[in-house]
Amino acid sequence: MRRSGVGRALRRALNSARGWLRGFSGDDAYDRYLTHHAHAHSGPPLSRPAFYREREERKWSGITRCC
Amino acid sequence: MNKIAGVLLAMVGAVALAGIALHRQEPINALWIVTAAVCIYALGYRFYGAWVAARVLVVDPSRATPAERYDNGRDFVPTHRWVAFGHHFAAIAGPGPLVGPTLAAQFGYLPGTLWILVGSVLGGCVQDMTILLLSTRRDGRSLGQMAREELGPLGGFAALIGTLLIMVLLIAVLGLVVVNAMKDSPWSTATVFATVPVAVLVGLHMRRLRPGRILEGSALGLALVLLAVWGGGWVDAHPALRGFFDWSSLPLAGFVIGYGWIAAILPVWLLLAPRDYLSTFLKLGTVALLAIAILLLHPQIKMPALTSFIDGHGPLFGGRIFPFVFITIACGAVSGFHALVASGTTPKLIASEADVRLIGYGSMMLESFVAIMALIAATLLDPGVYFAINTGAGVVGSTAAAAVQTISGWGFPVTVQQMQTLAHEMGEATLFARTGGAPSLAVGMASIFGNTFGRGLLSVWYHFAIMFEAVFILSTLDAGTRVGRFMLQDLLGHLYAPLGRTSWYPSVLVSSTLVVAGWGYFLYIGVIDPNGGVNILWPLFGIANQMLAAIALSVATGILVKSGRARHAWVTGVPLAWLALVTTVAAWQKLASPDPHIGLPAAASALAAKLAAGALSAPAAAVAPQLIFNQRLDAWLTGIFTVILWLVILDMARVCARKLRGLPVPACAESPYQAARPQVLVLGGQVPQEGGT
Repeated sequence: MRRSGVGRALRRALNSARGWLRGFSGDDAYDRYLTHHAHAHSGPPLSRPAFYREREERKWSGITRCC
Repeated sequence: MNKIAGVLLAMVGAVALAGIALHRQEPINALWIVTAAVCIYALGYRFYGAWVAARVLVVDPSRATPAERYDNGRDFVPTHRWVAFGHHFAAIAGPGPLVGPTLAAQFGYLPGTLWILVGSVLGGCVQDMTILLLSTRRDGRSLGQMAREELGPLGGFAALIGTLLIMVLLIAVLGLVVVNAMKDSPWSTATVFATVPVAVLVGLHMRRLRPGRILEGSALGLALVLLAVWGGGWVDAHPALRGFFDWSSLPLAGFVIGYGWIAAILPVWLLLAPRDYLSTFLKLGTVALLAIAILLLHPQIKMPALTSFIDGHGPLFGGRIFPFVFITIACGAVSGFHALVASGTTPKLIASEADVRLIGYGSMMLESFVAIMALIAATLLDPGVYFAINTGAGVVGSTAAAAVQTISGWGFPVTVQQMQTLAHEMGEATLFARTGGAPSLAVGMASIFGNTFGRGLLSVWYHFAIMFEAVFILSTLDAGTRVGRFMLQDLLGHLYAPLGRTSWYPSVLVSSTLVVAGWGYFLYIGVIDPNGGVNILWPLFGIANQMLAAIALSVATGILVKSGRARHAWVTGVPLAWLALVTTVAAWQKLASPDPHIGLPAAASALAAKLAAGALSAPAAAVAPQLIFNQRLDAWLTGIFTVILWLVILDMARVCARKLRGLPVPACAESPYQAARPQVLVLGGQVPQEGGT
């Protein structure tokens, strides 16, 4: 009982760390786009490669890095 | 409860500051500085930041942000506040807060520390948060657009020209820092070169093999660059290979210029974007590691609180403590560049106006803390060693014996033996005259890491630190060249429309070449300058950056007055007045000082007189005409910055005066109020849930 409780807590902590890391890096951006698209738009969503291609082009056409 | 915590913080902060103040004649421990810094940040965030957010900016969590109103799952995305904090911090934190404090340490540890703390809490953090909120209220408009709409066309044009010029100077000086870190060092050069194919490999991985798997690609890249640090050591030890990577500064400058040009015209996914992922992870990881190591090691600060160089004859750069400490440390205290990031990208991520204090004020606090750590890394070195690394051969003499004699004569004893031992420990042939701040920071970081995590690896830690600085300097260089290219295309488009099309290849080639030629010129001059070049370029960059901050604060002050908050306008008005004073006095001294150590025209005339009298050696005489031309050009640039600065301030004053006299002013461009819907942001790709009933 006790051990499974610890295991669950550990797994929860690892999952949460992974969630933060994916959030900080933008790794989860496509998943977020899909959920957004599912309830806000009609028509097929962008594919994963197309989404990241567009994301990078947009990101690097403005001032996103500093001194 | 909060009040008790506040009083406690204030007391601890006061004790720490008193500790710093009372230890004036003996070495102090870095922990005093860290403690004072943390207390001041906590008080600033909890009281001043909160007050400015609530009373001056009137942050309204019930108001829908552009991220919510235009949520498209792509660029407008309501983002958890800590994730947005991470993105914003990664965007504002560059090499600036590492280099500036390292150079300013020539005045002693006290002036830099005080300016970093006071400047950030009352100036930089306020500027970043204010611009972030104002841009959020305006659908994420850029600083230039806000200047144009709120003040007038003059302000907008000044912001555009100022941004373009500052970009050119920033890239040149950062390129110079990288070149000086790599010159005559096969280990550093091999490692930094290796990061280019690593970035391309990561780019291909993220594009072709596993599209959009950013964590995977970054982990692969990080493993490879760490391998490159170790591999560089292997190359350095290999008698045949090391010759291939033993470059002097001129060919290295050629490499950096060529690299910048290629990076600007290649598709972003191949080089720029993957390099940036690496640099972001390295940056956050190293900052965290450095903080932990400083806490564990709590080193003694060996630099005195104040040195005799506050009188203006410092060897790293000329000029008295006022105004030059405030110019040298721009990033870390107040940085105008941040206003460009805080307007534009970050506002599109803000989920609620309640988050702007954490993201705007908080990120700048962390950046300021990075500057404090850089200052600690510079001042824990023996002052003699610090000056031996950071002073150009033109100042102390080109032989080791001459250099140690000059530096010991300043009252900072150092021996050739000591420098040789240190260079050997760091895996370098020599550490004399490695100007630019990066090598001395790397020696400081290596001492901290080495003494905390194992001394055997000093040379690996040194080259890790060099790689870390180089990776994100090159990433700023790529990104800056590209943005400079877009801005130039925008300008050229007014002359000949097709040049304004950002994807038309001839236009891409022409504009990229022009931008690279612009910074390449300053980089080239810096490399041939026997004094190291940084002594001229860094203050010029500092003046430009503070001018940009003054433009941002002018926009903010103008908007506060226009929206009927004139009695609180001092919140941005006082930092503006201070920066205007500092920048103008510094520019005046650069232009009018008869001391060739400070004044640019005076330096040009002095060099011209020496050249005419035949008092220069043959190599010095060969480059003298170019240096003379460059000093005159820099004087013109300084003058232009000052004129732009005062045009914007006067334009802002005109708008404010009209408003106060009840005359018509440009309308406030704030988007109309729209109520936010209650939402909870969850990490990990889940839908923002609609809460409440």
